Amino acid sequence: MPSEINKEPSINSKGARWDRLPDTYNYEDLLGEAKKYKGVSLSQDAWKRLKKNKAAMAALSFLILISILAILTPFLPFQSPRNTQTELQFQGPQFSILSDQGLGLATLSGTAYEQRLDLLFGDKNAFDRMLIAGRVNLFGDACFASWCGRDELGRDVLARLFWGARVSLLVGLVAALVSLIIGVTYGAISGYQGGMIDNLMMRFVDVLYSVPFFFVVIFIITILNAPDIKSFMIENGIDRILIFFLVIGLVYWLTMARVVRGQILSLKEQQFIEAARTIGAGNTRIIFKHLIPNVFSIVIVYLTLTIPQVMLFEAFLSFLGLGVEPPDVSWGMLANDGVRAISPLKIYWWLVVYPGLMLAATLFALNFLGDGLRDALDPRMKNRS
Amino acid sequence: MTQFILRRLVWMALTLWAVFTISFILMKSVPGGPYSSERALSPEIQKNFEARYGLDKPLIEQYFDQLTYAITFDLGMSTRLKDFTVNEVIAQGLPISATLGVIALSFALILGLTTGVLSALGRGTFTDVFFMSIATVGIAIPNFVIASITIILFVFLWQLFPAAGWGSASHLILPAFALGAPYAAYIARLTRTGMLEVLSQDYIRTARAKGLPTYQVVYRHALQGAILPVVSYLGPAIAGVLTGSVVIERIFSIPGLGSHFIDAALQRDYTLAMSLVLVYTTLLYTMNFLVDLSYTFLDPRVKIPS
Repeated sequence: MPSEINKEPSINSKGARWDRLPDTYNYEDLLGEAKKYKGVSLSQDAWKRLKKNKAAMAALSFLILISILAILTPFLPFQSPRNTQTELQFQGPQFSILSDQGLGLATLSGTAYEQRLDLLFGDKNAFDRMLIAGRVNLFGDACFASWCGRDELGRDVLARLFWGARVSLLVGLVAALVSLIIGVTYGAISGYQGGMIDNLMMRFVDVLYSVPFFFVVIFIITILNAPDIKSFMIENGIDRILIFFLVIGLVYWLTMARVVRGQILSLKEQQFIEAARTIGAGNTRIIFKHLIPNVFSIVIVYLTLTIPQVMLFEAFLSFLGLGVEPPDVSWGMLANDGVRAISPLKIYWWLVVYPGLMLAATLFALNFLGDGLRDALDPRMKNRS
Repeated sequence: MTQFILRRLVWMALTLWAVFTISFILMKSVPGGPYSSERALSPEIQKNFEARYGLDKPLIEQYFDQLTYAITFDLGMSTRLKDFTVNEVIAQGLPISATLGVIALSFALILGLTTGVLSALGRGTFTDVFFMSIATVGIAIPNFVIASITIILFVFLWQLFPAAGWGSASHLILPAFALGAPYAAYIARLTRTGMLEVLSQDYIRTARAKGLPTYQVVYRHALQGAILPVVSYLGPAIAGVLTGSVVIERIFSIPGLGSHFIDAALQRDYTLAMSLVLVYTTLLYTMNFLVDLSYTFLDPRVKIPS
C-alpha cells in the first residue's frame, strides 16, 4: 500500500502528482517491504492446489510408481516374458510367493549365459543387460510365482504385463511428445503470424480434423507391411515401434495446435511482447522465448490428456494385430491374446482381466491427473484455496 | 441455410480429395507398386489390373484416372476377394455396421441421459454417487476389455447370448453394449453437469413455482438446455463409435465394414482398404454435419453462420 510505504505526503497516492522523485530512503524502505513478501509463481501456486486434490495426487503417485516399475522391470525378479513352456499352458494364477522354477542364469557364464539370456529376454540393449545382470547378482535365480497365471504358450503373464508396460507407456509418452512438438510449433506460428497465413494454416487443420485418422493410420500400416518395405526397414534397422511413435504423433497434434494458437493470439497483443519487439527481438526469439513459455501450463494439461488417447490408439492397433509385433509385448496385444483364448471349454479370465485392468487403471489415472492439472493451472484460481 | 450446406459440401469434397491424394501417394510409394509387387496375385486379376489401372501410363495420368473413377463411385475390384467389387463389399457391410453403430449410439444416449438426469436430480444421494462412480470408471475402460469381460460373463458363465455372429437381435446386444458403454458414461457425466447448471436457473424456479410436476420441469424446460453439451459431444462420439466398431466387429465376428477393413489391411488389399478409408471419411463428415445442423435447431441462440 503506497500510503503506508511512502512517508512523504507530497508523493502520496492521494491525488498527488509525481512531480518530483522520492528520496532514496524511500526506495530502501520499499525494497525492505518487498523483501518481506515472497512471490508465488503460477507453478508453485498450481502445485499447492494440485496437492490438495487427493484424486489427482493418487493418480500421480500411481503413474510415477508404474513408470518406475516399468523402467526397472529387468531388475525385478520376474520370470522370463518370452520363454515358452507348453507343458504349463494356461496355468491359473499361483498364490505362492516364489516360483519353484529358477531363472537358470546365476550359475552360467560366457557364451552359455549369453545364449540363456537371449532365450529368456531376447536381444536387449546395454541398459537392460546391466539391469538383468544386477538382478541376477541380487536375487540369483529366484522369480515371483505366476501370480497372474500363464498364457497359451506357458509364458508368465505377470512378467509380460510389466514388459508390456514399458512398450505401452513409452509409445504413449513419445508419441505424445512428437504431437506436442508439432502442435505447439504449428499453433504458435499460426497464431503469431495471424492474418492470411493463420487463416490458411487453420483451414488446413480443419480439413485434417474431419479425416478419420484411425483408418488412415491402419492404411499406412498396411503399406508398411508390404514385403519390400518391410525388408527395407529391417535392413536399415528401422524399428516398427519407431514408425509407430512418428505416425501416431503425426495424428494427434491437431487439438494442441488449436489450443496453442488461441492462447498465442491473445498473448501476442500484450505489452511484454511489444517490449520485446522494441528492444529488437526477432520473431523466432519472441515465439520461442516469450510466447511458448507462457502457454506451457495449458500445453502440459493437453499433454496429459493426449497420452491416454495415444495409449488407447496403440492398444487398439496392437489388439487388431496391426501394432506392436511379437516378440515385443504391449497391453493391447496381451488383451488380444486373452480374447483369442476365450473358449466355451474353459475360461482363462486372467488373460483378459489383468491386461485390461492395467490399461484401464493407467488411462484412468492419466485422465484424472489431466483434469486435476487443468483445475490447478487455471489462472482464474490463482491464490484461491 | 443453403449457403451453409453448400459450403460444407465443398469442404467435404476437399477433405475427401485430400484423403484420396494421401492414400494414392502412399500406395504408389510401395516399391514396384501395390499391384505388381503381389506375388500371390492370380494371372486373371493381374491382367484385369493392368487393364484398369493403366500401370504403364505416367503417374500423373494414373492419378487423374483414379480420381475420375472414385468420383463416379466406381471403386474397382477387391484384390483378395475374387469376383467382388469394392462396391459390393460396401453394400454388404455398410448396413450391418450402420445398424450396430446406430443401436450402440442410441443405447449410449438413452442410458447416459437417464442416469445423468437422475444423478442431477438426486445430487449427493446414493443414486448420484453410484451412477457417477460407474461413469467415471467406465470412461477409462477400452471397449475391447468391456467386450471380453461381457463375453466371459454373459456367454460362457451365464449362457444368455450367442458368442459371435450376426443375424438376430440377440447377436446385437453385447456388441452394442460394449461399443456404446464408454460413450454412455461420458454422456451421463455431461448431462449431469448440464442439468445441475440449468436447474439452478430462474426459469426452472418459475416452472416449479407454478406447480409443474418434476418430470414436466425436467422434460419440458431443463432438458433442452442441459443436452446442448451432449449434442456437441455427439460429433466425437460418432467418430469414436466408428473407430470402436472396427474392434468390436472383430471380436464378435460381425461381417461389417470394420471386419472387411481389417482383413483388407492384414492381407494388403489396397483397393478395398483405400475405398473404405474414403467411405469412413464420408460417413464421419456427414455425421458431423448433421450434428452441427441439429445444434442450430436445438439452441435458438446459435445462428447458422452465413
